[in-house]
Amino acid sequence: MPEIEHEDGVQIDFISGERMEGKTSMEKIRLILDGVHDGNIVVLERGLSPDEESKLIEVTMSEINPDGFSGIEIESFPRSETNDGGFLNRLMGKNSSSKLTVIGPANQIKSLHKDDTLISALISRK
Amino acid sequence: MGLFAELRQSISDVTASLFSGEADEPKRIGIYGPPNAGKTTLANRIARDWTGDAIGPESHVPHETRRARRKENVEIERDGRTVSIDIVDTPGVATKVDYEEFVEHGMEKDEAVRRSREATEGVAEAMHWLREDVDGVIYVLDATTDPFTQVNTMLIGIIESRDLPVLILANKTDLEDANIQRIKNAFPQHDTIPLSALEGDNMDEVYDEIATKFG
Repeated sequence: MPEIEHEDGVQIDFISGERMEGKTSMEKIRLILDGVHDGNIVVLERGLSPDEESKLIEVTMSEINPDGFSGIEIESFPRSETNDGGFLNRLMGKNSSSKLTVIGPANQIKSLHKDDTLISALISRK
Repeated sequence: MGLFAELRQSISDVTASLFSGEADEPKRIGIYGPPNAGKTTLANRIARDWTGDAIGPESHVPHETRRARRKENVEIERDGRTVSIDIVDTPGVATKVDYEEFVEHGMEKDEAVRRSREATEGVAEAMHWLREDVDGVIYVLDATTDPFTQVNTMLIGIIESRDLPVLILANKTDLEDANIQRIKNAFPQHDTIPLSALEGDNMDEVYDEIATKFG
């Protein structure tokens, strides 16, 4: 992900579903966490599967250190129940549901609220 | 493989499964939820009620449980039959752990840093158990707090994606601010049982549901 020169701003990366397609779980998680480590806010057009979310939490935990990285804040819109894809698709590792997801460094996101149709984030600089 | 060899193998497999006792092995039921929901208080309540022993120490400080702890062969008797389960008390799941939170609870910095490192390992361990090693989940929520959090949504999503049976418990009903309906509204697709693990209120219904759901 190209790093934009910014002295006192916050970089927001909107990542399309197309860009994530074909990536492995770990590649997706690395892309997200590398951005978050740089102090960026990452917005995923299609979000992650439940299994990927589970691994994201696990990898995030392994990278927390007292010298600067205290974890992530994450919010997403609820997964559409009518677009679940069914048990067979989930068994095959497919997840047809898409849900916009916002992820950022916990120490920079001062508040992150959502309801069914709105995610609102207050972000501070590094 | 020839027909006779295949037949012999099939008979061997059936015989092995009949005598291995696999079907009777206790199911591993993970107690999950965010920090400070009362998971260990519940685990201790269940373990004390049916085995006489506790599982681990309880505390108001978040992340008191930093290792998954298993209590094997907890036999719960309901309506003349016995349901045998392993109870796995897991660390509270979070997406962030800041050592300064422990400093605010009165710990020295070194102790707070050590505790936060153990807490992160504990959360990772809990996630691993959820993906690999549990057969069902008791999801514990503090009924005095907002259940519409991303951690709760993600964890319930992970549990559903693995088709694990789940029982949601609205804990801390002994507190004035407890709002059970708010939890029922958050996860209407699942059974929600109110209880106070601390006071032991409504445990009969909890055990009935455990026996039905995981027996």
